[in-house]
Amino acid sequence: MTGSNRGKSAGSGAVLGGLLVPGKPQILLDPDGNPGWRSLHDSMRKAGEALMENGTELLVLYSTQWTSIIGHQFLADPEPKWTRVDEDFHELGTIDYHLKMDAEFAESWRQKATDRGLTARTVAYEGFPVDTGSLVALKLLNPENRIPACVVSCNMYADRAETVILGKATRDAVEALGLKVTAVAVSALSNRMWTRFIDPVDDRIHSAKDDEWNRKILEILGEGRLEDVSQLAREFSSQAHGDNRFKAIWWLSALMGQDNAFQGRVLDYQAVWGTGAGVVDLVPARRGSSNLEYDEDDAQTWGGDRGVLSSNPGEAT
Amino acid sequence: MSQGSIVAGCLAPHPPHLVYAANPPQNEPRSSGAGAWQGLLDAYASLRGSLESKEYDVLVVHTPHWRTVVGHHVLACPEFKGLSVDPVFPNLFRFHYDLRVDVELAEAMAEEGEAAGLVMKTMRNPDFRVDYGTLTCCHLVRPEWDLPIVALSSNRAYTYFSSEYGDREMLILGEATRRAIEKTGRKALVLGSCSLSHRHFTEEPADPEDPAFEHIHNRNQALWDERVLGHMKMGDCATLLAEMPDFIDQAVSECAEGSLTWLLGALGIPDWPATVHGYGTVIGTGNAVVEWEPGPPTAVEGRP
Repeated sequence: MTGSNRGKSAGSGAVLGGLLVPGKPQILLDPDGNPGWRSLHDSMRKAGEALMENGTELLVLYSTQWTSIIGHQFLADPEPKWTRVDEDFHELGTIDYHLKMDAEFAESWRQKATDRGLTARTVAYEGFPVDTGSLVALKLLNPENRIPACVVSCNMYADRAETVILGKATRDAVEALGLKVTAVAVSALSNRMWTRFIDPVDDRIHSAKDDEWNRKILEILGEGRLEDVSQLAREFSSQAHGDNRFKAIWWLSALMGQDNAFQGRVLDYQAVWGTGAGVVDLVPARRGSSNLEYDEDDAQTWGGDRGVLSSNPGEAT
Repeated sequence: MSQGSIVAGCLAPHPPHLVYAANPPQNEPRSSGAGAWQGLLDAYASLRGSLESKEYDVLVVHTPHWRTVVGHHVLACPEFKGLSVDPVFPNLFRFHYDLRVDVELAEAMAEEGEAAGLVMKTMRNPDFRVDYGTLTCCHLVRPEWDLPIVALSSNRAYTYFSSEYGDREMLILGEATRRAIEKTGRKALVLGSCSLSHRHFTEEPADPEDPAFEHIHNRNQALWDERVLGHMKMGDCATLLAEMPDFIDQAVSECAEGSLTWLLGALGIPDWPATVHGYGTVIGTGNAVVEWEPGPPTAVEGRP
């Protein structure tokens, strides 16, 4: 869809599906260092090939590796072109990139986020350092830039409510521009890395406990229960060192309707430098929506101060 | 070769706002000059004045904005040239840099760290983007860029394990840094580049430099910063280290990146007074420019 056609089909926008993908640089730069890394590389490539066939007009990404402080930042440079060297794994080489971003969507996304009360801004500067996670995802899912993309940062202070609202703002923008999008959450599962250098062939999940939690999360995602995983994110994160509190799943579920009605497919699960790396595909499906684990608030409006510090609880309003 | 030494150790915070406010030709954005951070700019001017009487041939900086999980990394290419855009404040910091690295000292620091049992890594990819923490700190301390630098990454020990563990590791790294300086015969200025309290505001005024907006995020942070600076001025860094985990937890301190503890380790945990050149806030965080003269040898040797 061209920019001039946008908005005319408002209301026809849709989230065709969602992907959870890892963003460690080994998957892109050293796939043959370990059979698991090769498997992830190939799984992400296959997931990307499927995107070329399903009518996706835009990829919207949330990357845990792009952190922000001043609200939520949206990458709005139409053609970011620069180089990236990973801070930890610089010996793996340089990632040269030349991406295709949807600046119009970025601006709409920013506006919708602002409308929902969030602090938000677009960024478009030569040399802006696109994060490793976004690059790994885009290089493997969309190597020829056939589908434009847009990326949002991970605000380090935002907790669940703010991240859920950001997901809803994303959906607002998708609907306003009438786009068919695929959502991509770039995040590890468990994120405990080896703190010493290892021979890549010896890579494995850092602990049996992390591995067990990862497999449970993937089992639920495989059943299509995305919102249930969103509800479990705090527990998972505290128990298994979730990547940036596993906030990406809050965003993904909010964008995809806070539902469990999906066909979920776990395309891969491997270790990358001790972390849990899963590739999961979620497609809306006609099936019963279960409410097994729902106990988190659904952030739509701010409820106000509950007066919990009041010396007389009866005075609390 | 004569034995090298640390000529001074400085707490030298790196808010990119300060470079932005100074309007150097290397930085693309232009500030309004509204003056929100003038106190800290004056503090850096005072530090530079103090350093004029000292002779040194390298700046060694520990930076919170090159974050590594797998050990402590050190820049080890002879030179770096490029554009560093701050991913958090790209509206304020887009800095063109052209700097030299003291590779011999960098390699010696890596060797000494390894000998002390730390995981160390030299960074030899010439495409690497030098982080804004390193650039801001070095620019504010010595804007001439006429001396080589060595930059150390911030290992995630504090967040991966605990503040107590992180402090132990950073003290060892600081001691290893000092030994490398001594063995290579360098006269070094060592710079721990971090804020004190570090809870930010998450909004920015239309003019980022508007002084009407700038103040400490909360009173708790100000009280903690005041207490920490009191320890420094009293020459009681042992107590400062003892309280460091509480400071980190209760004031969201950027000392969780290890820069201050590394500095104290390099200096031998000072029990002599520091000079506080100034204190100010940047987007709600507490920042101080502090200088320690080298301690008397007996004071260092008598320490456990």
